[in-house]
Amino acid sequence: MYQYDQYDQAMVDARVAEFRDQVNRRLAGEMTEDQFKPLRLKNGLYLQLHAYMLRVAVPYGTLNSAQMRMLGDIADKYDRGYGHFTTRQNIQYNWIKLEDAADILADLASVEMHAIQTSGNCIRNTTADQFAGAAADEVEDPRPYAELLRQWSTFHPEFDYLPRKFKIAIIGSDTDRAAMKLHDIGIQIVKNEAGEIGCRFYVGGGMGRTPMIAPVIGDFVPPLQMISYLEACLRVYNRYGRRDNKYKARIKILVHEIGADEYRRQVEEEFAHILTLGLEPPPAELERIKGYFADPGFETGLSGDIDRSDPDFALWLDQNVHAHKQPGYAIVTISLKPTGGIPGDASADQIRLMADLAKAHSFDELRVTHAQNIVLPHVKKADLYALWQKLDAAGLASANLDLISDIIACPGLDYCSLANARSIPVAQKISERFADLGRQRELGELKLKISGCINACGHHHAGHIGILGVDRKGVENYQLLLGGSEGADTSLGTITGPGFNEDGIVDAVEKATDVYLAQRTDGERFLDTYRRIGMAPFKEAIYG
Amino acid sequence: MKVLTGNDLKTGDVIWWTGEGWSRHVNDAVDAGEHPEAILAREEAAQRVVGSYAIDAAVTGECVRPAHIKERIRALGPTVRLDLSLKPADPAAGNWVI
Amino acid sequence: MVENALRYRDDEPVADPAVTVDAFAEQTNASAVRIEPGDDARILLPHLGRLSLVEVNFPAYTDGRGYSAARILREHGYAGELRAVGDVLLDQLSHMRRCGFDSFAPNQAIDRAAADKALATWPEVYQKTVDGRAAIWAKRHGLA
Repeated sequence: MYQYDQYDQAMVDARVAEFRDQVNRRLAGEMTEDQFKPLRLKNGLYLQLHAYMLRVAVPYGTLNSAQMRMLGDIADKYDRGYGHFTTRQNIQYNWIKLEDAADILADLASVEMHAIQTSGNCIRNTTADQFAGAAADEVEDPRPYAELLRQWSTFHPEFDYLPRKFKIAIIGSDTDRAAMKLHDIGIQIVKNEAGEIGCRFYVGGGMGRTPMIAPVIGDFVPPLQMISYLEACLRVYNRYGRRDNKYKARIKILVHEIGADEYRRQVEEEFAHILTLGLEPPPAELERIKGYFADPGFETGLSGDIDRSDPDFALWLDQNVHAHKQPGYAIVTISLKPTGGIPGDASADQIRLMADLAKAHSFDELRVTHAQNIVLPHVKKADLYALWQKLDAAGLASANLDLISDIIACPGLDYCSLANARSIPVAQKISERFADLGRQRELGELKLKISGCINACGHHHAGHIGILGVDRKGVENYQLLLGGSEGADTSLGTITGPGFNEDGIVDAVEKATDVYLAQRTDGERFLDTYRRIGMAPFKEAIYG
Repeated sequence: MKVLTGNDLKTGDVIWWTGEGWSRHVNDAVDAGEHPEAILAREEAAQRVVGSYAIDAAVTGECVRPAHIKERIRALGPTVRLDLSLKPADPAAGNWVI
Repeated sequence: MVENALRYRDDEPVADPAVTVDAFAEQTNASAVRIEPGDDARILLPHLGRLSLVEVNFPAYTDGRGYSAARILREHGYAGELRAVGDVLLDQLSHMRRCGFDSFAPNQAIDRAAADKALATWPEVYQKTVDGRAAIWAKRHGLA
């Protein structure tokens, strides 16, 4: 994975110094909160329900064991012993003090990490496929491009006060594991018939109040013009994105209102101009970065045999372990969704254990997924049993990847001042209702996502089953959606009808799964059955 | 009645206006009276609070109960981690929020 | 000289008042113009030769359209004074400079020493833009 050179290090160090100065000026009364707030947001520091919350960037979801260990240590030293992995592959700490914030950023900088632009109306952390560099179906590893993108977007002087936040995802295969079309810009690395690599740009996707699937704007942008094309896309947005209404300020609204064709026309015009300016890094820079993402020293001639005689291990193997492009290796997903647990939370000890396991068993590399789990991308099949035993001892061996209890949930009203309802207790109750693993496996792939408000940080629009928490006259209420999907077949969920209280929504989810079990034909997932039979049978079963 | 709340600038702690200063305990909150905006403006300018605002609350005996569930969660702590709340020893503390 | 002005040019400041973009189109002898956030800076491109001062207004510092306006003008060869006016705060100066601004007329005075320090925030820069600084990628590959 990428390693900083002296230039990268100088940038994060300069940022720490800048922020320390800003905090000092704020505490000395030289700045009002109105002046300070956008500055602290650009360093990921929110004022949240109970305290300051810090969102640390994990660029394209990739980190090494030293970095993971630091994340665990920060949880102990500055927070309350745990961290929360998010739907944008970042980590959040909920109990931060402003007076510690600069020191935390300095600690992060010491391991080549930061909280740069993880909030604010600027370009945020670029996310990528969590199986990048390991999956067999990859056209090209998207992460070198993601790193190029990270550097281009960091402290970009023109795009620091956009109309609204800007989120980019990049994938390198036809299987979209990053919900790419639901981003402001999604980039897919593709190969044309001549075997050439290109970047397909999808612009104008998003969730929130007005979910939209991004249309294709740039069908085949040469990789060595990717930065110039991004400049054009962002400049058109910065100039023409709405600034009159915070809820209409994302680029998806602009693309929708002027139309994809007109937006493309403006981008192409700007792109033609920008190409004359020589802004693109030279091919040698992408090659330099690619050098950091070469395959680690895989062994050859390894046995592919795995002893499945331990039944619990076998269940985990079937559910949480994916095929690797290299014979003898496997991709492991560690579930942070134990029965009745808080989705995405991990204690400092668990974080440090995962760091150690990565160092011992995964060439010192981990990934954070947008489903709030952790991946060890390069594990020898021969090591899987020993790895599983260590995970099991630490409560990290739930064999529920992509099953109904592998819930994506935002922090909700327990933590977030934007929320209308709590999401975590709902996740816990559903997890407990479906605790039986046999029952979960019977249901099969079922992506359930919960958001505590319309901002959709829990991605509920893209859940096979989605739940949206609302405030109904001061009382928490939950709406049920069915049929959303984030993959190549991206679709937005449809609401079933009137909402429910906390117990009611758990019952409604159960009734929906009963309909699926009764109606499914061979090989159909919940999503497939829903798409085939439609909403009516579900509505009837749920509302009677 | 209206009570005033916000966060401590340095620590981020949730705090409540007591009439003389700011407390971490909602039961110390007092009626903000006729001109809450003036109090808030003065306290923000003096940096004794950040992100402050007025909310509805009712008093029963010595207990102050914010009218909205969000404010009750702010007063207590996360209902899913009562060990991190202001009442870690009380397993029923979460019921007060609902 | 404009009140609270910070200037990073060697030449003499322009004495003419800045007119609006609409007025500029009609006044063939005007040499100073003010752009509002909603104005299209490209309207000025045919007239760069007669412009000595372009002011870009920032009614609210969170409205970042002026950064694009500035950069567009510099990209097309505008070499006159490019001044950020209005709600301009210390923490925006370095990015504004990188977008081509070489003078600032903030509503609230900014101490010159603090401004100089803010302008020196970044020892290196990741992007090539209009300020002439070599991007990190250029230094890495001997292109600086």
